[in-house]
Amino acid sequence: MSVAPARAPRDIAAPGGGGVGDSALRPDGVLKVRGEFAYSSDLWIDGMLWGATLRSPHPRAKILSIDTSEALAHPGVWTVLTHEDVPGRKHFGVDHTWDQPVLAFDEVRHQGEPIALVAADHPETARRALEKIRIEYEVLEPLTDARRAAFDPAYPRVQPRGNVARHQPVRVGDVDAARELAEVVVSGEFQVGMQDQAFLGPESGLAIPAEDGGVDLYVATQWMHNDLEQIGPCLGLAEDKIRMTLSGVGGAFGGREDLSMQIHAAMLALRTGKPVKIVYNRYESFFGHVHRHPAQMRYEYGATKDGRIVYADVEIILDGGAYTSSTKNVVGNAASLAVGPYVIPNVRIDAYGVYTNNPPCGAMRGFGAVQACFAFESMMDRLADACGLDPVTVRQVNAAAEGSALATGQIIWAPLPMAEMLQTARELPMPAPADTGDLRDLPGGVSQTTHGEGVRRGVGYGVGLKNICFSEGYDDYSTARVRLEVIGGEPVAMVHTAAAEVGQGLVTLEAQIARTELGVRRVVIQPADNRVGDAGSSSASRQSYMTGGAVMTACQAVREGMAALAAARFGHARDDLSFTGDKVVSESAGVLGTIAELLGDAVIEETREYHHRPTTGMDPVTGRGDSHAQLALCVHRAVVDVDVDLGLVKVVELAAVQDVGRILNRVALEGQIHGGSAQGLGLAVMEEIVVENGRVRNPSFTDYLIPTILDMPPMRLEILENADPRAPYGLRGAGEPSTLSSTPAIVAAIRDATGLALTRVPVRPEHITGSS
Amino acid sequence: MEFLRPATWAEALAAKADLPEAAPIQGGTDMMVELNFDVHRPAALLDLNRVAELTRWTAEADGRLRIGAGVPYARLIAELGDRLPGLAQAARTVGSPQIRNRGTVGGNLGAASPAGDSHPALLAGDAVIEVESAARGVRMIPADEFYLGVKRNTLLPDELIRAFWMSPASGPQYFSKVGTRNAMVIAVCSFAIALHPGERRVGAAIGSAAPTPRRARAAEEFLAAELDWDAPLEPAVLRRFGELATEAASPIDDVRGTAGYRRHAIGVMARRTLTWAWNDLRAGRTERRAG
Repeated sequence: MSVAPARAPRDIAAPGGGGVGDSALRPDGVLKVRGEFAYSSDLWIDGMLWGATLRSPHPRAKILSIDTSEALAHPGVWTVLTHEDVPGRKHFGVDHTWDQPVLAFDEVRHQGEPIALVAADHPETARRALEKIRIEYEVLEPLTDARRAAFDPAYPRVQPRGNVARHQPVRVGDVDAARELAEVVVSGEFQVGMQDQAFLGPESGLAIPAEDGGVDLYVATQWMHNDLEQIGPCLGLAEDKIRMTLSGVGGAFGGREDLSMQIHAAMLALRTGKPVKIVYNRYESFFGHVHRHPAQMRYEYGATKDGRIVYADVEIILDGGAYTSSTKNVVGNAASLAVGPYVIPNVRIDAYGVYTNNPPCGAMRGFGAVQACFAFESMMDRLADACGLDPVTVRQVNAAAEGSALATGQIIWAPLPMAEMLQTARELPMPAPADTGDLRDLPGGVSQTTHGEGVRRGVGYGVGLKNICFSEGYDDYSTARVRLEVIGGEPVAMVHTAAAEVGQGLVTLEAQIARTELGVRRVVIQPADNRVGDAGSSSASRQSYMTGGAVMTACQAVREGMAALAAARFGHARDDLSFTGDKVVSESAGVLGTIAELLGDAVIEETREYHHRPTTGMDPVTGRGDSHAQLALCVHRAVVDVDVDLGLVKVVELAAVQDVGRILNRVALEGQIHGGSAQGLGLAVMEEIVVENGRVRNPSFTDYLIPTILDMPPMRLEILENADPRAPYGLRGAGEPSTLSSTPAIVAAIRDATGLALTRVPVRPEHITGSS
Repeated sequence: MEFLRPATWAEALAAKADLPEAAPIQGGTDMMVELNFDVHRPAALLDLNRVAELTRWTAEADGRLRIGAGVPYARLIAELGDRLPGLAQAARTVGSPQIRNRGTVGGNLGAASPAGDSHPALLAGDAVIEVESAARGVRMIPADEFYLGVKRNTLLPDELIRAFWMSPASGPQYFSKVGTRNAMVIAVCSFAIALHPGERRVGAAIGSAAPTPRRARAAEEFLAAELDWDAPLEPAVLRRFGELATEAASPIDDVRGTAGYRRHAIGVMARRTLTWAWNDLRAGRTERRAG
């Protein structure tokens, strides 16, 4: 092992106390607020070089030649690498479809695709050397029509295996027969624009060549072991030659599931024999990660006059861009959750993920369910209008509950009090009318576009159902190693996992679980690395469930060891003994002694894997299957003020009702619901990567807008705790559901205020004013 | 890249004369973004932060205010909000508190972006820009002669912006800006109005709706001719003012908004701001709204 760099992660002592259910303090909280937290872009080691990436300016072109000689001759440049220098496999991919070139050859398929790498002794030198790499292109017309990619066999291919990455049908009953019986038919076409994760910490990391020919990688990622599975073969290195350490992650939201600079930095380090750091700037970051799939969706529902849905006919096209990334699983989610938490006897769903020369799209918070939710919730409002029902009633009439079947036939086996949650949302007090004396309360804010003129209020509802953990037969287990020993006279639990803390607060929760299970006060969280088993991804709202479950079971095994020691020492039966407040307690005899005395020099260490209940795949023809491990529901009520003359929107209040099974840390949980709702608000009214003919037109935070504190209103939260009997502590994953439902709730409220159809998100001012 | 740090105005002018390609920098809120995005690679940066006089403002003998190019937006709002309400409202829409602590009208003028927030208020309020060179001394440039094109102004390579001059408001003033977010947003389009009741004249200007910020001259002339200063505002006058303000625009479709929307929004803002100003005038009001 080489020397660790400065600003590399270290053991962190979880501050304060607090077990499961307490709002324990974040160990990284104070550092982050004070600007002292070490992110991966802060890594430093003496003598390191800086890497830079040459990217394609064209969405589609043939590469005729690459000449690096002038760049190599640039003073300060150590090496310039192209696809010819990739030591192993030339492709990688996050979900087992290895179609993404480490460095492009023969052809570039999207704007920003990496082609060559430079390592130099200064970042500016590296950037300037990039300009000296001569590439001869034959520029081709980009293929950007997702609908043609899905259906037109004559449309040229972006990928040689065809333009459809996955088509997933779901078939229930007989839609054509049901159409004859329907008394009311509503239909609509809906679109979702390309949203970005907009994490603030750009892609960055450090690769240090090791004496054994391997490499030490300090990276900010969501899933180290999956990175490793791709990095190893591409570098031509065995996995044990690659030591991964998670460095400070500045947000993820799905955008760090795919590799960015990992293989590139390692290639440069192995070639030069020097540590190499790569940090993308903000512009490059927009090209350095995948985005949320834009969607085109056609829905038709038939119902009885009283609003009971009798059939759903659905087509969803998701534009995955040039490479597969997570598209196949995103399609699976969109298909299985295409009609959401509603019981519909006859269903025909066709979900497609296609290849185009648009920017690659993959994982983002909500993952395929977000797009469908906007469409099916918009349909529920159309149905309410057509039947003369209010939007809450029409949802209650069709609501799923425990024991209901999803479109896939999967039975919901845990509490799902959706009708009651809608009722709760409806009955929450309404916010006060806008104070026209305070510009901050009005659409447009201090930009002063109105003093109240043209402002109309609207109210809307949204319901989102999100699958928690990986689906479709995937065994996404997690691993935890827990070690208990006496340090400085006190028992200390050391928790070691490979799970990525991406800002969600997992390290806080791990400490809470260790305190609850072991009865000790001091907990130390070790840096996440690959010296411990796979923890799976920090995505799919799964880490509280999976790594929480792994820490819980490892702690329970350690506790068994402690109980065995105590039973022998004190002569009590094991089930008479418990551990709390650093003490050994007998139910019959009270405090017997301290854990420190009991342990002495003994060290108890246990490693456990945690697996959720197995799921099945989806039938390729009918979509049938028990494909989801857990389902979680969120209901939103949005209240908006719309300046109908200027098309500007102020979201006045977002109220959410979410069933989380069990509150593990209320402060952290509320933060997740607030954040998910804000990201949904962004999609509703402002966030979009605007792509024109394959080119991104707004790769900056000047023009890719995310909500500020004046856009995100106060939230009223009703958090329910109907335990899931199969999950650790009865919990439900909570990171994503609010991201689904806030978008349709806000758009429904804008429709309520304006009377407009508004079939596309984000809603832009000109959609409201009608001036194009 | 050279980094020049003059301590006095004379040194700054000398440095600019020696190295005309040096890019002046004060708050850096625009320049640093452009450098980070590699839009510019200036041969040198001319840091004006040590030139203390640029951060001062004075009330001059002729009644006008002379405001140093380096007075940040936050101080404009706090110290001059009562005398220059239109400009203060525009300043309040700039970026975040941190940006308003650093950013300056001098920087806005130097960048001359059509989307710069201060420009419409400067135009409507008849601001005059004081620029200077070591070789030729001071030039006083009326704001509506200052902007030449997209991110181009009338500054010569050896000149620096020293100050801008404005009379304290003699009547109600308003600034209004459309952005697709409720704070920290670049203008999709903007509008400023300043009533000059003593002269029975109205200043009006548009931002981010043409290659340069510009006065809405026909709208101004229409009001000068048609407005009855002693009566309630006629709906027909209001409507025509909105139409003429719209006609002053020659916007484009871009990623921030469409040309059609910009025209529409300029008309709405023109009618609303004139109504607010007129109501204030009739009521003898000068108070400001919270925010």
